[in-house]
Amino acid sequence: MAQNSLASAVTTERRLDAAKNKLIANRVQIEYFVKRTGEYHLAVEDITLTIAENEFVCIVGPSGCGKSTFLSAVAGLLKHSGGNLSLDGKPITGPCKDLSVVFQSAALLPWRTIIRNVTYGIELWGVPKKEALERAKKMISLVGLSGYEQRYPHELSGGMQQRVNLARALVADPQLLLLDEPFAALDAQTREMMQHELLRIWQENKKTALFITHQINEAIYLADRVVVLSKGPGRIKEIIPIDFPRPRDETIKRDPKFLEYEDRIWALIKEESNE
Amino acid sequence: MAENIQVKPTANTTNRLKRTRTNGFKAFYFKREREILGGGAIFLFFVVWEILGASGIFNPMFISSPSRVWAAGVAYVESGLIWNDLRISGIEFFSGYLLALIVGVPIGLLMGWYWRVRAILDPFVSFFYSTPRIAFLPVLIIWLGIGMGSKIAIIFMMSVIPFVVNTMTGVRTIDQNLVKVARAFNASDLQIFRTIILPGAIPSIISGLRLGIGLGLIGIVVGEMYAANAGIGYRLMEAGTMFRTDLLFVCVLIIAGIGIAASELLVRVERIFDKWRPDRS
Repeated sequence: MAQNSLASAVTTERRLDAAKNKLIANRVQIEYFVKRTGEYHLAVEDITLTIAENEFVCIVGPSGCGKSTFLSAVAGLLKHSGGNLSLDGKPITGPCKDLSVVFQSAALLPWRTIIRNVTYGIELWGVPKKEALERAKKMISLVGLSGYEQRYPHELSGGMQQRVNLARALVADPQLLLLDEPFAALDAQTREMMQHELLRIWQENKKTALFITHQINEAIYLADRVVVLSKGPGRIKEIIPIDFPRPRDETIKRDPKFLEYEDRIWALIKEESNE
Repeated sequence: MAENIQVKPTANTTNRLKRTRTNGFKAFYFKREREILGGGAIFLFFVVWEILGASGIFNPMFISSPSRVWAAGVAYVESGLIWNDLRISGIEFFSGYLLALIVGVPIGLLMGWYWRVRAILDPFVSFFYSTPRIAFLPVLIIWLGIGMGSKIAIIFMMSVIPFVVNTMTGVRTIDQNLVKVARAFNASDLQIFRTIILPGAIPSIISGLRLGIGLGLIGIVVGEMYAANAGIGYRLMEAGTMFRTDLLFVCVLIIAGIGIAASELLVRVERIFDKWRPDRS
């Protein structure tokens, strides 16, 4: 009995401790087996990173630096081979309901209407259909797609599909939102618009977000902190806090300070590709 | 107000009607051009055939003629033999086809999803895929006799391969990103199967079902021609050995009709899925 309460006291304390920190990655190492070569490939060597509640963190790095692999591990889709990963103090062992992922491809089920695509994830969790539809409707209006509920994905443009993808992730009401280069496949204009939209949506429901990108100005525009990874296997090269007030809009992209950040991050990445 | 609203569409309609009436025939033709051209060609074909049959240039015993084929068809129906033949061929076809469906689609799903199952079964599927499976008819008759069993078996063998191959391809070509999304939502294998694999593979499965109809019909005709004592294929062979070209064409037309009707049915089924497919409709 006494032991029990002691144990629970310890966990409560740990929870309280972790309340401010959503995601804790401690010396995370990720290795996976490549069937083609028959060898283990070290994708992430050592990442230690803490993300606070309501924080927006972007990870940039040269291609092949393991940034997407790291995100997969956080999402619980990939096992990390070393170190610790925890969300709200609970270790991440597999996909869980507290985080949602927005992948680069919209990956909408072509045979489902937009609203049924948005409900897809929570339907899998057994949320009653009526409630799921109501929640989805609200999310669809939040991402600005009201009126498109009964359309099919192929009737929507790439940017709109990506909004549906975002709505599908947000409707699950996650503690942590993971975004894996969600705008990489969009054209430049749509991309800028979507960045702005994402900030608006994020501002509105204050989620904690981890955003992977290879575009430097996207990272600066969105993030509270930009994490620069070294070339693979991934290690953190530098973490740069972005000091712009929120809400932000496109004008900051022409701010001299913005360009300074851009130069600095670009220099860091260039260093990596020259090595 | 209400009157105003009513007047407007009426004026519109009369206008449109007038336009149609002025060039009524043209409008009718352009609306149904495909049907008119196709139907006209068939009609012309029959007329030429009838004339050639009556002209004495060719021996009607070889080429018959539409009127003779019609008469033979009526006699075939009146003799009552047609019903027994249709019943036998029908039972054979549906048993074989259904059996192939029940066996082929699940195997295809498993082969598409689990690479180990694919590795195990692939040699067999490849073998049967590239062999003219009709060649197995003699051995099937040795095993199962000349009754319905051997026909069901050959129809099964003919149509099961496209079912397996198409289902497998359908599963394998499913966008892996969809599976990744489902996994991120912690979906179980069964949920992934039910919400992604099955609906994703359905268009491909249906085109397999259409291929299977054609192949199954080959199986039934050749099977009954080779050794049988009733059925449309048997009747066809019998008519051929007795130089009854008229009855022979009747049988060919019946088989063609069944094939067209069955594919048309599947096209209808396929259309149900059209609304979410960007490449159709």
